[in-house]
Amino acid sequence: MAKKIRILIGKPGLDGHDRGAKYIARALKDAGYEVVYTGIRQSPEAIARTAVQEDVDFVGLSLLSGAHNELFPEVIRQLKQEKADDIIVFGGGVIPDDDIPGLTAAGIEAVFTPGTPIKDVIAFIEANRERVESK
Amino acid sequence: MSLARNIIQGDIRAIARAMTWIENEHEAKEQLIDEIFPDCGRATVWGITGPPGAGKSTLTDQLITRERRQGRKVGIIAVDPSSPFSGGAILGDRLRMQQHATDDGVFIRSMASRGHLGGVAGSTGDAVKVLDAAGFDTIIVETIGVGQTEIEVMGMADIVLLVLVPGLGDEIQALKAGVMEIGDLFVINKADRDDAGKIKAEVEYVLGLKYAENMAAKNPVLMVSALTGQGIDDLHHSLYSYLNLIRSSGTLEQRRRDRLAGELRTIAAAKIEALVHYHLDFEDRLDSWVEMLYSRKESPYGLMNGRIESLIKELTDK
Repeated sequence: MAKKIRILIGKPGLDGHDRGAKYIARALKDAGYEVVYTGIRQSPEAIARTAVQEDVDFVGLSLLSGAHNELFPEVIRQLKQEKADDIIVFGGGVIPDDDIPGLTAAGIEAVFTPGTPIKDVIAFIEANRERVESK
Repeated sequence: MSLARNIIQGDIRAIARAMTWIENEHEAKEQLIDEIFPDCGRATVWGITGPPGAGKSTLTDQLITRERRQGRKVGIIAVDPSSPFSGGAILGDRLRMQQHATDDGVFIRSMASRGHLGGVAGSTGDAVKVLDAAGFDTIIVETIGVGQTEIEVMGMADIVLLVLVPGLGDEIQALKAGVMEIGDLFVINKADRDDAGKIKAEVEYVLGLKYAENMAAKNPVLMVSALTGQGIDDLHHSLYSYLNLIRSSGTLEQRRRDRLAGELRTIAAAKIEALVHYHLDFEDRLDSWVEMLYSRKESPYGLMNGRIESLIKELTDK
């Protein structure tokens, strides 16, 4: 069976700065992944439910408002509630280094800050390919 | 508990996982479809098609709202194209429908076309069956943005809405064969544009020629603005009137029989092709056959007819 990796890219919270999210969605498309793009101003609940319906392997969250410490863990909690905590969550945006350990502890498996080369994101996804293919 | 039983009970994770199985040609796919098949055939399937940027997703969003107001559960399959280069895709249709993301009565699934050329994905028909068996009353299939020949949605929908917008050409385009012929309802979106009335007149003119003998059978043409909601209630009403019409005339039943026939043809063709490929040892011998053709020692039809004849002989002798 030919497994196609599916990735949700969404923006929780209220900021409308979606250039980063669109950039990463397009780059992941060019890398051969199927990217579900939900757009801006999504509630954590909407993101989690979308992830379940779309049966994605990864959820990528982009946020530039500073509310990442609240909203990223809330997405993880909502995924758990949907019994979908096998979905791998990563994040990006303007996130201070000091906040990263807390996000990692909450279950965000990778955080990509501004200037990260796209190949690092692809390497992260490929490093998890076996894990998502075995489920 | 089996996946099929969970689907029939409406379990969201099961529905979503089944669609992944179908898309990826999972080895248990055929058994799964056969298990849910007795529970299919209850939903009404709408196809929504039209050129890129016509407003299909925004219109779908509006129609979901109308269906929910009347208490129906709605399943949506929204197809977007896969890249011919990377195989990847941006699935962005549901962005316009995210207000329904947390509604238990709505299930939205995005599908990449994965190289299939008919305006839908090769697995869209089976995905419709999953939503049908799961108890969704209305299933909406939104095609990729189509041109003139992507008409496959006709074979899986009870009713087709063709969404048109101003600015894509004159009445000669409306006269042509293909996509213009498959609409049951013609929806002129972006009705606030200056030239929207003109395209309505052109479509009405072409339909007038087609139904000159029987104007009562002429398809409805509706002007809407999916963005503002203008005209959507009328469209929704017309859609149900049209459904009643084709139900009472027997057209709907005939369409559903045709759909089953089409599915059997597709399955038979795929299975026979796989079988012949296997028995001819096609992929392994292809290089040597190409050499025979390249050096003009063999001709293409003669070569294949000869191989297939000897294969049939071999199989009947066994």
